[in-house]
Amino acid sequence: MTAAVKRIRSRTVVLPTKDIDTDQIIPARYLTATSREGFGKGLFHDLRFNKDGSPNQAFPLNQPAAAGCEILVAGNNFGCGSSREHAPWALLDYGIRAIISTEIADIFRNNSLKNGLLPIVVDADAHQWLLENPGAEVDIDVAASTVTLPDGRSLPFPIDAFARYCLLEGIDQLGYLQQQNESIEEFEKARPWKP
Amino acid sequence: MVEETADTPAVLYIDLHLIHEVTTPQAFTLLRDMRLPVRRPDLTLATMDHSTPTTPVSSFKDLAVVGESAVRQITQMQQNCADFGIELLDFDSDSRGIVHVIGPELGATQPGKTIVCGDSHTSTHGAFGALAFGIGTTEVGHVLATQCLLQRRAQTLAIDITGRLTDGVGAKDLILAIIGKIGVDGGTGHVIEYRGEAISAMSMDARMTICNMSIEAGARAGMIAPDATTFEYLHGRPRAPRGDDWDAAVLRWSGLGSDDDARFDRAVSIAADRLQPMVTFGTNPGMVIGIGDPVPDGAGDASFRKALDYMQLTPGKPLTETRVDVVFVGSCTNSRLSDLQQAAEVLKGHRVAAGVRMLVVPGSQQIKKDAEAMGLDHVFIEAGAEWRESGCSMCLGMNGDTVPAGQLSVSTSNRNFEGRQGVGARTVLASPMTAAASAISGRVADPRTFL
Repeated sequence: MTAAVKRIRSRTVVLPTKDIDTDQIIPARYLTATSREGFGKGLFHDLRFNKDGSPNQAFPLNQPAAAGCEILVAGNNFGCGSSREHAPWALLDYGIRAIISTEIADIFRNNSLKNGLLPIVVDADAHQWLLENPGAEVDIDVAASTVTLPDGRSLPFPIDAFARYCLLEGIDQLGYLQQQNESIEEFEKARPWKP
Repeated sequence: MVEETADTPAVLYIDLHLIHEVTTPQAFTLLRDMRLPVRRPDLTLATMDHSTPTTPVSSFKDLAVVGESAVRQITQMQQNCADFGIELLDFDSDSRGIVHVIGPELGATQPGKTIVCGDSHTSTHGAFGALAFGIGTTEVGHVLATQCLLQRRAQTLAIDITGRLTDGVGAKDLILAIIGKIGVDGGTGHVIEYRGEAISAMSMDARMTICNMSIEAGARAGMIAPDATTFEYLHGRPRAPRGDDWDAAVLRWSGLGSDDDARFDRAVSIAADRLQPMVTFGTNPGMVIGIGDPVPDGAGDASFRKALDYMQLTPGKPLTETRVDVVFVGSCTNSRLSDLQQAAEVLKGHRVAAGVRMLVVPGSQQIKKDAEAMGLDHVFIEAGAEWRESGCSMCLGMNGDTVPAGQLSVSTSNRNFEGRQGVGARTVLASPMTAAASAISGRVADPRTFL
């Protein structure tokens, strides 16, 4: 279903603002679409573009050095707010494959992992270094669960073992749930009260 | 259903799956592609609220006000529910409304249930002692296909509320104060239990307002132990158990509260009796102050500065000087009957100030009917406010109800994010009473002066 995610090597683009919510990532007016494709156009729309529709040159993603960057270093608590999976869809469609921050909101992190977008939490010191060094060449190794900085420092990041396994093998979690069918049927029959 | 291990998450069975038009189309497409049925349509309940207009809908022409793609989304929802055998509370249903308002109203939300929905404010249902949380569209597909979700156990956070709320200070003020205290990431990874004197004394409507905004503190869910108030609310509702089943359910529900000696990973305490009405001044719900307090300066923090610039507010001054353009009473946070009653109580005998647009949007068609039976619609209309059909409305700018760029809105909704109510809209979150007082004054106002 989903492609395996094993390693990402890329320069970083830095968005230092804290508490970037999912309404910033993809404004609600884009959510009337019924497919998963094409949300990259709306990514950070109201930050990326001026009121007249021209690109906001001051926005980090619009700067020439950001072209082709697959790793977004973001301020604390990235992805807070709504449960819209359109947020990771928009980031992936635009070409972002990993987010590094000191904290990533729960539902966004969960949605990201199900789509092969890597949510990576590092300590405040490493984060500060990344904020101060946009364009740094960073190497993310999913199997080892490490982020390696250009100076060779290797930082471990937490990731749920099952989510890591699914990423490395490109496994969709629905298949795993379907395999539980027997247990589900038993549970439905045996439970003392019916919802 | 299946316990978690180091290598695999728990498999959690879902007792109630609420769905709406915005976060489901891609999940139904997956089911079609994989030729899968919906495993338990009987445990799935659908409505349309997010991208639907709050003007009367009798034809597609009426729908078109929200735009072509929204119409497509709405018609696709109708088709999906018909094809997969799911009950849809459609435009012609007297039971339709905001998904988090109708679940409890119909008695489908019950203590001890696991409840999910592709919407972060699913935490609302935790007010009944249900484990309720928002999920993404991929997980909506998982639940449609298997009625199950993969989950890791959350950490626990106890929030103890001491004392009682004073007149003019409500549940909305309390939850805003809590978010201000623990921060918009203060609950990340945790399920919150709210408890204490003020919570026990609260109506279910007020408890729902509290649990609704758990997500604004980053929490996975918020819960309140079920008690006599919970049971009284549910008794006789269309989907609540009846007869012997009711007695058995109450017995089971009565045992769901946390043990007296339960240990939480963290605990926070807050004094309800010292709170003022709360208003947000920034671009997230944690940027909040008492209505008489000055806007803080943020001590040089760049994100803070950016938020104040967006809001066009000056540090050191209270918000009560700020001119208001729009007032919105509604949303899954504050659109229930008691919210409308509180707004009407303040508004009665007054007029909405010149130049202010006030929109009152009941959370469900049932609430609309109940409010009209009490004459609340007359209070709003005579004051100069608009009285609408149910829906998410101005909480998020995707259904035709928006705040124009640069305008300031005092809103009873849950998010003051940049652009949430419309591109460039500036949002001040507040209680229904503060919203009504601000509508009368034309400036952000303390409701206690109107009581």
